This record gives sequence, structure tokens and C-alpha cells, in this order.
Amino acid sequence: MTAAQTFGWLILAFPLLGTLVIAFGWRALPGRSAGWIGTGAIALAFLSAVGALVSIQGLGEEERAVTASAFAYAETAGFSVDFGILVDPLSVFMCLVVAGVSSLIHLYSVSYLSSDEGYARYFAYLNFFVLSMLLLVLAGNLVLLIVGWAFVGAASYLLISFWYRRQTAVYAGIKAFVINVIGDVGLVVAAFLLFNETGALDYAGVFEGAREGFSTNDGTLVAACLLLLVGAFAKSAQLPLHTWLPDAMEGPTPVSALIHAATMVTAGVYLIARTHPLFELAPAAADVAAIIGLATVIFAATVALVVTDLKRIIAYSTISQIGYMILGVSIFAYGAGLFHLMTHAFFKALLFMGAGSVIGAMGGVQSIDRMGGFRKAMPFTFITFTIGALALAGFPLMSGFFSKDEIVAFTFNRGGLYVLMGIGAYLAALLTAFYAFRMVFRVFWGEPVPEARELEQGHLAHHDPANPMTGEAEDSDVGFPGPEHHIAEREAPMRAAMGALAVLSVLGGLVAIPGVTDTLEHFLEPTFAESAGFHEHPSTGAEVLGLVVGGLIAIAGIAGAWAVYLRRPGVSLELRDRFRAVHGFLERKWWFDELYDAVFVRPAATAGRIGNSVIESALVQGVIVGGATGVVRAGTSFARAIQSGYVRAYALLLFMGLFALALYFLIVSS
Amino acid sequence: MDLVWFVVLSAFIFCIGAAGVLTRRNPLVILLCLELMLNAGNLALVAFSKMHGVGDGQVFALIVMVVAACEVVIGLGLIVAMYRRRLPIDVDQMSELRG
Repeated sequence: MTAAQTFGWLILAFPLLGTLVIAFGWRALPGRSAGWIGTGAIALAFLSAVGALVSIQGLGEEERAVTASAFAYAETAGFSVDFGILVDPLSVFMCLVVAGVSSLIHLYSVSYLSSDEGYARYFAYLNFFVLSMLLLVLAGNLVLLIVGWAFVGAASYLLISFWYRRQTAVYAGIKAFVINVIGDVGLVVAAFLLFNETGALDYAGVFEGAREGFSTNDGTLVAACLLLLVGAFAKSAQLPLHTWLPDAMEGPTPVSALIHAATMVTAGVYLIARTHPLFELAPAAADVAAIIGLATVIFAATVALVVTDLKRIIAYSTISQIGYMILGVSIFAYGAGLFHLMTHAFFKALLFMGAGSVIGAMGGVQSIDRMGGFRKAMPFTFITFTIGALALAGFPLMSGFFSKDEIVAFTFNRGGLYVLMGIGAYLAALLTAFYAFRMVFRVFWGEPVPEARELEQGHLAHHDPANPMTGEAEDSDVGFPGPEHHIAEREAPMRAAMGALAVLSVLGGLVAIPGVTDTLEHFLEPTFAESAGFHEHPSTGAEVLGLVVGGLIAIAGIAGAWAVYLRRPGVSLELRDRFRAVHGFLERKWWFDELYDAVFVRPAATAGRIGNSVIESALVQGVIVGGATGVVRAGTSFARAIQSGYVRAYALLLFMGLFALALYFLIVSS
Repeated sequence: MDLVWFVVLSAFIFCIGAAGVLTRRNPLVILLCLELMLNAGNLALVAFSKMHGVGDGQVFALIVMVVAACEVVIGLGLIVAMYRRRLPIDVDQMSELRG
């Protein structure tokens, strides 16, 4: 086994080990040790990913796609599927981001969840989640990809409904799972279609077969790509399958960070990047992806302007930012899309951690209407959260500044109608800067709320546990949030994780400054060597111009938020009253939930009721089950009647049988 | 003498025995009737053996007698055991195997 193969397996082995140890040994694990084991397992996976990075860098440029197979997963006549991994620059990059950010999120959770009764259960789930995601990105064929894909969906279900005694959390988990299953179906059908056409399931075979078997925009290939997109959009919460993600905020805050930053939602971006040869052969499907990506960017940014739940603002921000990545990878700017994936992982995880710290200080309250003035009380959270918001807004020289504007520059570079998409992306960037600082100004500036004042004097506010969505009073038993709330100011692991992410959010952009460094693009080149779009760069001048425009837009957005929320705090209320209709429309999230409720949920529920009352009780219970039991009853009553228990009756039967036999032989022989 | 007479006599005896087994309720009488059936069989065996000039049938008849004797020993043993426990000697009252 070569070094790259060994490290590839190790990346999967450590989280698996962590999951098993915590899941089976939780009774024997004292105190916070489950958290430290989980964190250590993911950190070791990250170190293995670093090892894989070093070992494939040592290989020649052409050989940087290493496959390894543990055993034949399915073997039949004509083809076989291996339990195999693919270690190439793209998967190593994803492993580094996933394991790196996840280990910091684990570290944060060690403190954040420490008063929760389900502490060990939480870390078992969390390790399983990261294991699934790593399996997804390392998979060497479509079958294993689907396995990882489904595992991620299951893990997200477990974690979103982690506080399983909260009705809202359980519903949110179900919603996420159902929408993800829609995506799974799309992905599976796409895999069938591709296998049917190319006869292969491993990436190299599929791409080879597609190049030989399909002309550009072949109908079957476009269909397969659109089905892949269904999978990608469900996992990445793009229109119209986005509704589960804001509800997924019911999970503990580090789970939100994990789902949003490092795992799960980036899976769709990874899928498109991984299957890029197919999308380049089917540009029509790629255009659909780009348009939906951009529509999602704008849609989610507008909703984030009015939502008042702190975590849900960040959730809509994620949907919006993932839209940028989808836009990037579907205009064949893979380097830019994945670059944004990386920087987004840093600053989005940081924002969620900051939000978690604030929610801890608020004793579980999540509405920004109730927050304010935490600047003095929580200086560390304030600084790191502001760094995250600056990176999200694309403030000059922060990581998000370079990555987002690179995507926009590539969009403009395509020319034609893509210019309009580029303008749309800039518009959304303005909204992004605005809502990012809406959070900062509403939470950390302005009049301190009672909780902030208490905290300044050293008391951590404590409310009786209540569901932030419904206000229902709750217990703090297993299946509910723990009694204590933890804040970054007082917990070293939380501070360490947030500090590391803040540094990465500032410096993460340095790996791909146009004209200065192109580390990431160069590193990813072997994966995308045969891609035509990968080599179509905008000129450095155009990129720098894009950066200047993007920076100005970010500053304008931040200034706008300052004007509305700080300079004259009443303006936002005035605006809301004047544009009540628009505000209501946005606040209801463009009525998507209501629409789905009316179109899918209620008809399905009605059909279910009819099925239960008419088909189930009348037809199934009455005719089919009733008929079957009737037949059985009639048969058994006859058999019972024969079994009289009288010896002579049995003897008579014996004689009758003998006579019948004798008669038969007589007839036959004569 | 013609073989047919022996076979007819054997059939009569067998039928008398069979009717007894099917209709009587006293286990002792049932056993007697069983013996009657077995002896009807023996009569047919010996008759066939004698007429065809082969000894096999006679040997079989002896074996049947031995088996019948064993059977009676067991059957009588059971009946005596039942009687000792004051159970009614009536096969129709022992119908616990009914469905």
C-alpha cells in the first residue's frame, strides 16, 4: 500500500473508531471524555488528511489520483463495485476542510454541550456525521458516494432532532430527512442512468464512457445531470428544496455550524465539482444549476434581511452563500467555487459559534429583537463574530472578499447573459453585507439588554428552559437542552475554536489572491486537468477590478446597515411600516413553506386519511384480511370436526383409506 | 378343496373383527376383535402358502402370531393399569386427543 492509500484509509478509520468507542463505551466514559475522544478522532483524521496531502504532493502531476480498494462491495457478471476510495487533490482538499473545521466544532462542543444529559450520544452522532461526510468525499465510485450521501442524511436527522422531546426539533428532523431523501432518489436514479449508458460506476469509467457515448447536450446525459442536481440541491438547500435548512436550526448550535460550514450542505457543491466532466458535456444542465444557484443567492439574501431569529439569519446566509458556490462550480470555475467553500466553512462556523455564545448568554433566547449591547459584556465573542461578519460581507482583505469576488469575476468573464448573472451576484453581495451587519449592530451595539448588563457584572443570565420557537416550558432532562448555557468568554475550548476560526477567516483568502498567489487552483489542477472551463481565467486586471467593486459594495452594505440600525435606530421600524407588504412577504420566506404545505403536505395527508379509512379499514381489513381469516376458519373447523378423539373413528378412517387404496389398485390392475 | 373357500372364510372373519373394532367400546373386546382380524390374515397366508406349495406364508403367519402376542401383552398391560386407577374401561371416554 502506498502512503497516499494508507492515509486515505486512516482518514476514514479514526472517525469510525471514535464513533464506535463513544457509542459502545459511553457508560464507562467519565465527565467530558466522550467529547475529547470525539475531538481527538476528528483531529487525527485531519492529520491523516495532511499526510495524504503531503504524500500526493510527492507524486508526479499525472499520478495524483490514487485509488485503493478494500474489498469487492458487489460483484456480479460483467462488473464489480469495489469498496474503494479515490485520493486526489479534490478529495484531499475536501477532507482537509471537512476534518479541519469539524475538529474545531468538536472542540467547541466539548464545552458547549457539557451540561447536556445526552453528552456522549451527541459526540457519537457528531463523529458519525463527520465519518459519513468523509466517506462521501473519499468515495471512489458512485455506489459508495451514495452510501456516504445517505449516511450524511441520517446523521443530520439524528442531530437536528437531537433534543428529541422538543416537538419542533422532531418535526425539523423529519423535514430535513424527507427532503434529503428526495435528493437521494434523484442521485440514485442518476447513477442508474449513468450505469445503464456507460456500464461503469467508478468515476473514471463513467467519465470515459460519457465522453465516448454522448455528444454535447445529449438528452440522456442532460437528464442524468439534472437528476444529480436534484440530489445536490436537496443536500445543499438550494431552491426549491431549501426549506429544511432554516428548520434545521432546531439542533444544538454546534450542529448548525457543522451542517452549514463543513459538511452536508457543501456536498452538493462537491458533487458537481466531482462530476464536472458530465456537466461540461451537458452545458444545458450546468446552466440550469447556475441559474438556480443565483436565484437562491438572491432569494435567501432577501429573507435574511427580515428574519429575527439569530440562527435563522445565519441559516439563510448559508443558503445564499452555497448559491454562490453552486454558481461557481456550474460555470466551470471550480477553483473559485471550492475556494469559497473553504473560506465559507471558516467564517460560517465562526458566526455560528459566536451566535451560540450569545444564545448561551441569553439563556436560550434566539430572537435578535431581545438582544442588544453585548459589546462590552462579551468582548471576545464580539470581536470574533465581527470578523466572521466582515468575512461574510466580503470586506476588503478578509477571506470572503477574495473568494466571492473570484466567483463573480469568473461569471463576468463568461460574457453574454452571464453578465446579468454577475450583476445579480453583486446585488446579493450588497444585501449580504447589509444583513451581516444587521446582526452585528442589533446584537452587540445599541442599548444593553438586561442579560448584557447582568453579564457585565459577572452573572450569567439563566432562564427556565423553554423552546425558543414556541415558548413552551421545558425540562432539562435527557432529550432537552441542558440546564446551563455556556459562553465563549468563560470556556477555554470554545475560545480556542473560535480564535482559530477567526484567524482562518482573516487569512484564508491569502491562498488565492489574484495575480499574487494561486495555490489552490494550482493544487486542484490535476483533478480538473481535462476540463476546458478550468483553464478559462479572467485576466488579473479584471479580477482586481472585480475585487475593488466587490469591496466598495461590501462597504456600502455595511454603511447602509450602520445608517439604518445605529445612526437612527427608528428607521428600520419606519421602513417596515412603509413596506409592510414586502416585509410580510419576506418574513413569510416568500410563502415557500405555505406553498409546499398546500401543494404537497395537505393533499398527501388527505390521501393518507382516505387511504386509512376507506382502503385500509374497508378493503384490507374487511375484504382481504377478513376473507383470508374466513377461509382459514372454515378449513380449521372441518379439520377439528374430524379430530373426534374416538379410537374407532380413527380406525374407521384407516380402514376407509385402506379400502380406497385397494380399490385403486384393483381398478388399475384390471 | 378350492382356494376360494379359504379366502372367503378369511374375509368373513376379517370383517367380523373389523366391525368389532369399529363398533365396540370395551378395549378388551376391541383387542379380541383385533386378534380375529390378524387370524383372518393368518388363515389367508397359510391357505395361499399351502396351495402354492411355498413355505413363506406359513413363516409369516408365525411372525404375525408373535407380533400379535406382543401387542396383546402391551394392550392388556395398559387396560389393567387403567382399571387399577379406577378409570372407566370405555375407549369413547378417552378422547382427549380431539381437536
